[in-house]
This record gives sequence, structure tokens and C-alpha cells, in this order.
Amino acid sequence: MPGLDPGIHAFLPCHRDVDGRDKPGHDGLGIAGALMTYIAKPKFHHPGLKKNELGYTHRDYEGKISTLCAGCGHDSITASIIEACYELSIEPHRVAKISGIGCSSKTPDYFLGNSHGFNSVHGRMPSVLTGANLANRDLIYLGVSGDGDSASIGFGQFAHSIRRGVNMTYIVENNGVYGLTKGQFSATADRGSKSKKGVTNTDNAIDLVAIALQLGATFVARSFSGDKTQLVPLIAAAIGHKGASFIDVISPCIAFNNHAGSTKSFDYVREHNDAVNRLDVLVGRDPIAVDYAPGTVQMVEQHDGSKIALRKIDADYDPHDRLGAQTFLQKHAAKGQIVTGLLYVDPDADDLHEHLNTVETPLNTLEADTLCPGSAALDKFNASLR
Amino acid sequence: MKPTDIAAPDYFHKVVDCQWACPAHTPVPEYIRLIAQGRYSDAYMINWKSNVFPGILGRTCDRPCEPACRRGRVEETPVAICRLKRVAADFKDDITQRLPRPSAKNGKRVAFVGGGPASLTVARDLAPLGYHCTVFDGDPQAGGMMRSQIPKFRLPNSVIDEETGYILNLGVEFKGGHRIESMKALLAEKYDAIFVGSGAPRGRELDIPGRKEATANIHIGIDWLSSVSFGHIDKIGKRVIVLGGGNTAMDCCRTARRLGGEDVKVVVRSGFEEMKASPWEKEDALHEDIPILNYLVPVAFVHDNGKLTGITFQKVKAEYDAKGRRNLVPSGEPDQTIECDDVLVAVGQENAFPWIEQDCGIEFDKWHMPKVDPKTFVSTNPKVFFGGDAAFGPKNIIWAVAQGHDAALSIHKMLSGEDITERPLPEVYISSQKMGIHEWSYDNDISNDKRFKVPHRDKVIALKDIRAEVELGYDVKLALGEAERCLNCDVQTVFSTSLCIECDACVDICPMDCITFTDNGEEGDLRQRLKAPSPHPDQDLYVSSDLKTGRVMIKDEDVCLHCGLCAERCPTGAWDMQKYLIEMTYAGSACPTKSRSAA
Repeated sequence: MPGLDPGIHAFLPCHRDVDGRDKPGHDGLGIAGALMTYIAKPKFHHPGLKKNELGYTHRDYEGKISTLCAGCGHDSITASIIEACYELSIEPHRVAKISGIGCSSKTPDYFLGNSHGFNSVHGRMPSVLTGANLANRDLIYLGVSGDGDSASIGFGQFAHSIRRGVNMTYIVENNGVYGLTKGQFSATADRGSKSKKGVTNTDNAIDLVAIALQLGATFVARSFSGDKTQLVPLIAAAIGHKGASFIDVISPCIAFNNHAGSTKSFDYVREHNDAVNRLDVLVGRDPIAVDYAPGTVQMVEQHDGSKIALRKIDADYDPHDRLGAQTFLQKHAAKGQIVTGLLYVDPDADDLHEHLNTVETPLNTLEADTLCPGSAALDKFNASLR
Repeated sequence: MKPTDIAAPDYFHKVVDCQWACPAHTPVPEYIRLIAQGRYSDAYMINWKSNVFPGILGRTCDRPCEPACRRGRVEETPVAICRLKRVAADFKDDITQRLPRPSAKNGKRVAFVGGGPASLTVARDLAPLGYHCTVFDGDPQAGGMMRSQIPKFRLPNSVIDEETGYILNLGVEFKGGHRIESMKALLAEKYDAIFVGSGAPRGRELDIPGRKEATANIHIGIDWLSSVSFGHIDKIGKRVIVLGGGNTAMDCCRTARRLGGEDVKVVVRSGFEEMKASPWEKEDALHEDIPILNYLVPVAFVHDNGKLTGITFQKVKAEYDAKGRRNLVPSGEPDQTIECDDVLVAVGQENAFPWIEQDCGIEFDKWHMPKVDPKTFVSTNPKVFFGGDAAFGPKNIIWAVAQGHDAALSIHKMLSGEDITERPLPEVYISSQKMGIHEWSYDNDISNDKRFKVPHRDKVIALKDIRAEVELGYDVKLALGEAERCLNCDVQTVFSTSLCIECDACVDICPMDCITFTDNGEEGDLRQRLKAPSPHPDQDLYVSSDLKTGRVMIKDEDVCLHCGLCAERCPTGAWDMQKYLIEMTYAGSACPTKSRSAA
């Protein structure tokens, strides 16, 4: 029963906010959660909206209306995920979105209202995702987490899912602050940056991108919620990547971390953003004929057949050089620059299932007689070991 | 593109598509909101001020507002604005206390030729200012074509009596049964100004063989309708052919059905779609079992020794030339004769001014129409003004009203010794609707309901009684449902560049993908780069000045639902929802300021 196991279907499918889907195709739970905003998002959409290969508009990939603070960077990441899934023509029932606890981890409720979701325990998203992936390798796994969820309480979980090479897209919505508890520094807040109250951070910051590179992630990127032209293709490319993809998205917290002295504010990130490249994701259906000046573009073929056109901004930057990426990152961090773009990719990566040599068939679809072939088979097996 | 100047009164006016399209610029969303609140009298008064005849127009208006309605670009059908206007008239309380009082006379006398909507509008505007208004009409009662030509099953006399009464009670002198036969004689009576609102009273003839011989059973539509209205005619033959495809033809055929016409047909030269009649009037005719036959040109009345027996038609088809103009050419099929007992000719109306002598100082053009200034409505005689159908040929009541307002302003300015070509700017009010977090002083929850149908009287009963009104109007519940469909286009999205931090929250939440942040450019180029297609170049782009990143905010006004989610999700208040109200300039408006810059 791939994908329809009620056990991993904790989010109620959105029943009103997605146009044309008054009744989702499965799951009889019809109660929308209490919305904090009094205004429901109108059902109408632009009459000229484009449709993707499946006949869906980008609005068909929406979820419920956000209950985050107005202007939250996370909402832009939500919009980017919606856009990427729309552009890739992903069937919503093929996606599992898994999160932990925090502002960031609320967001899966706001996108892909017709996909599977699991809002897990604080910091435990990577483990739940690993388990789900082992049980059903056919789904597309989106892990959504925050800096508290991944760099503090779930730091170990994050590390192990990356080093195992779980086939997933792991997005950290990184605002450097504990927004739900009113603005304490998180583990990714830069040393020397100031809190809204004026307190200076004396602890060193964890750079999740550096850790992910070191632990062997095979797709590593950083982006900014305020730059969708960069972020959307990165998410699309990460979804197409087979192996552990990790994206660190700087996402300003409007309520507690968007002031002068913060290094995660809109203004600061815009001023210090050092993009090494831009990408276009070329999906088979719509081969984009773009004239790139020779030498400025690098084509990367992904496992799923899609292609990434990498437009270099920094001519010397090589996204296939893990060691070089680490050095580059540290050098620029020391200068106070925030390096963004696709920082490392190994297009030939393999994943946890290959490491474990599991069967192609998702484990959750194997019938009892396959899993337990009977005493004759056991005897035969035992005999082979004698 | 240059940053949009939202201080120009017309910018936001255009966003309120219905109001912009209405010749009288009635603040439609404003009164629809009042209807939703059950404040019918308030809604009525807004209409009364602007279009003078809410109850009449709520039944008969040609509705230029409805094709313009933004709702029609968002889903299939616009808001039923016209029928909501009728709701205000139907459910209002006694409003006589709210009307202007007859004021002390200022000693100036204005004469009106014709007592129809144009003249009555001018009188309505001038009487409260102290002018002595005298309205002359050939008919015994006021109302003009509203009373004589619109059948009672569409517009009952009680409504006409009420709304013409409101005007006559302002101290307007009405001289019924007094047809003006000579402009010269009228001028000799030394009125300070004369307003000609005599309409387009002559039905066009159809001069084809047999017309003279069979004349006993061939009737000119508008004359026949007014004879029916005044009770001079109460029956017609069983088989009736109505010639013509306009609203008069629709009124003729439906009236004939009620006077004994059992087999009534409408025969039109053009195709069904190009007919001049409003779609809903065609629908009503079809509903009363009246077939509409198209592409048939009448070539002869057939008669048997002067007794009409039928009409012969030539069959034509539409051909389009290189410029896209339509020509009707014979299709080559044999002519067709349709038998009938009576014919109603409703192929157009004409102006006729046999009573205006050549030496009155009023010049006419080569089409025998008076030369009238389209802004001030003055003729070549500075004391004589024209308005309504008399000025620019047959149109609808709402145009007559709009022109009446303008003519009244001219007359008032002239008699106050001011330059009538200087037209004062309208007054504009704009105020924030934010009341608190998640709280707006308008209902911004967008209704998904489709247009509600207006209940009709049972057809069998309706066809038996020529005075039984067919449309029953919305009841309170239906009216509320229909009012909720209005998108509140007058509650404007107002953007403050200095407050914007470019967080994209508005872009992400906008249900219609109206908002784009991008580099500035020429309009044509910008329209290509918007988040959603921009199929209506007549709809403005709202462009901000340069933001911190050097980009600009661009909002395509086209399909904005005015739901306010952009303002709701904006962390800094850079977006605000502000209600825009424009007060058109009427005679006696307080501030005679500089002239208007734009339309």
C-alpha cells in the first residue's frame, strides 16, 4: 500500500484551499485545523495560470494558509517548494514531507496539501525520515527542519542521516534564532551578532553546510529565502538528486532577528550574499534552449535524467570539489561573506538502499510469502551455510 | 515605467471598473456593501444622488457596469449590479425626509423641453439651488420614454410615479400635455436658459413595396408601444412579425404576446450575436416562446388588396472584408415569405426637430443633429442646452442622466457668471480600512457563489396580464448572497515604497498572482515578466518607485480580488487597504477649483 499508510499520514489534507480539489482522493478526515488568520485564501486563481504536465497549477500544490508571523522568510521557502514541485510536475501523492518541531517544522502544513506528512518529535525528523525511506523507497522525501531542530536538539540525528546517505532533500530554514520562545540565539547565530534586545552572542556558530560537506552529503547548497530565482531551481535540483541533499536556507525572522546587528536579517544577507553560481533545472519535457556564453556554463546530468545548467558567477569555483568547497566556504566565512549557490554535487552518488543492498521493491509492499518463504527455503538457506 | 501617481483621481477610479464604466459613475461597491448590511435606504440615496432613478434603472438599465465588472474576469459572470440597485429601491424605507427641500427661488427661470430622464435630472440638480424650473411635455405625465415606451410588465407606473415625483416635489413646475411647437416662441418667453431633452421620438420607417397599401396592419414600434402604454391599443392579430433586433423590438414582441399575439416572431437582418438588444432581453423574449429568426432582410410587404398577409424576406449571410467589417450579402437561397396578420417595425429611432426654427441661433450638422459641445452640452445658442437622446441620438437612460448632470452644471455656471468650459475636479476621499490585527472594516471574505437568478413571475400568469411585472426582484436573502459576490474593488491596495522590506510575503500569499517584484522596464516588456500573464493591457499596472534592491513592485490591477491578504501578511504595513470614494462634480458642488486634467 505505497504511500497510503494512515500511519504516516498525520497532516490532514487541505480540503478547501486548493482549487479544484474540494475532495481529496483519499483520507476521509475533513476537518481543517484552526486557522489563525481570519481570512481564508480565496479559491479563485488567475484565469491565465499555466498548468504543468499533470494539468495542475502551482496553486494545486499549496496547503493551508500560513499561521506564521507576517513576512516570515519561511513562507517564501514554502512558496519555493510549491514552485519547484509544480515545475517538476510531481504527483503530490508521491511526496512525503517530514518535519520536527519549530516554526520551520510547521511549514509542511502550508504546502503540498495533498501529500503525505509527518510532524515528528523535536529533532527527530531525520530518524523518522530514514525509517520511512527504508520502508518505502518509492516516495520523494522532503525533510523540513530549522536551526534549533537540526543544529541543537537534533544535531546527532541530522549528522547520521547525512552520513548514511539517505535519499532525501533536507531543508533547514535557518533564522539563527528561537522564534517560538521569543528570540534567544540559536546554535547557528554568528558569534558577535546582536539579539533584538542588544545582547551580543559569545558562542561560536555551527555552519550546517560545512558539517554536511564533511559528513559526505552528495548535494550541498545554501540559499536565501529572499532570492527565489536562486532557491527554486536549487530545491528542484535537490529533489532530482539521488542521495543525501542538504540545503541551508537563510530565512530572516521578521519578529526577532531582522534588526541591525543581526547577521540573518534581510539587509545583512542581501549585502553579504556571495553567490558562486546560478542554476537552471532542465526537465525533459521542456528543453530550455538557452544560449550560454562558452565556458560559463557547466551541465550536470542527474540520476533521474534531468539536467542542471550551472551558470558560473565565480569562474574558479568547482562544485565537484568537496575539499575545495570546504576551504572556499571557510575563507569567505572568515570575511563575513555568506556563500550561496550549489556548493557541491556528486551526480553519481548512491544512497542508503544501495549501501544496504535492499531489493528494488519497496519493503512495505512485500507480501508475507515473500518475506517469509517457509521452512523449505530456510532449510535450503541453512544448508548453504553448512 | 514611471511610478504610478495614485493621487490622480482617475487612477483608482479606473480600478473600480463598474463605476468607471457607468456614465454617471455611480459608486457601485459602496451601495452594494450597504445592501449587504441591510441599509437599503442608504444604498438608495447613494444611487439617487448619482443616477436619479434607482428603481427605474434597477429594472431597465442597459448595465454598462456589468460587462466591466471584475468578477466577470475572475469567474463566468459579473455581479448582478443592476438588480441589486432594484433591491435598494424595493426594500428602502420612506426616504422623503432625506430629499432636498424646495429652496427659496433665486429669480432665474429655466425651461425644459420634454419631461424624460435628461430633463428631470437637470431639474433635480437645479431646483434645490433655487432655479425656477418649468418642464413642458406633450404627454400628461412626466417620465418621457420611460413611461411611454417601456412596457409596464418591465416597469410599473408606480415606480415611475414615485421617482419622477421626488423631482417634481422639489418645486419643479410640470406642464403636461403642453408640447413645445416652436423654439422661437419659447425663446421669446425670456427664460434664462433652455434645456432640450426631447429624446429621439421618431421611429424609423421601412420603405419597401407594400408599405403604403398594407399600412393598416403595419405599425411603427415606438408609437405602437406608447399607444399601448396609454391604453389606446389593447389587441393585435394572432400572427405577428416584429422587424428589428434592438431592445424596442424585444419590448414589441413581448407586448404583442400579451395582447393576443399567439404566433409572434422577431425577424432580424443580422445574426443573433450582433443584435443590439441586451442579451437578457433576448433571453426573456425566447423564454416567452418568441422565436428570433436571423439573416432575413425584408424586401416586400405582401398584401391581398390592402390586407396584409405576410412579408417576403431575402436570405443573407455575413461576410467579412479585409478590414474585418461585416457585410450582409445574399446567400443565393430563394426568398422566404412568412405569413402574418400584423407587423411591428422596430428598426431604429431618429431625432426630429421640426419645431426648432432655422433662425434661433441653433446650428445643425449634416445629419440634422444640433451642434452640441460634448462636455458642456451647450448648443451654438449659449442659452440653449441639449442632453439625452436629443443631443447625440438614441442611447439609454443612464446616459441621459449622466449628460443631464453635466448640462445642469453648465447651466448653473453660466447663470452664476462663470466659464462653463471650466469643469471642477471631483472630490476624492481615501481612508484606511484597518481596524486591528486581522480586522478590516469591510468584508473581504471572497464568496464562491455563482450569480443568483432573479425570480420571475409564472409565465402563464405573466402572459395574461400586460401590467403584471415579470421580474419579481431578489428577496432579502438572494440579495445578500448576490451582494456578497461583489469584490469591493473600491477598497484599494495602497503601497508605500519606504515601508517595504521586500520579504515577498505579499507575492507568496496573493491568490491571483497579481504582484511581482522585478527590475523596472518599459510597459510592454514588464507585462511579459509578470508572475502571471497579463491579457488585458487596458488594465493598469501599479508601479512603485525604486526599492532598496533597485527593483520595483508591480501590481497588475486586472484580477485583484481586493481580499486584502497582501496587507494582512505584510509585516511592515507597506500594503494597506484604503477605501476610495469619488464624488462627481454636480451643479452646486462646493469648490469650483481648477479643471480636471484627465477624463
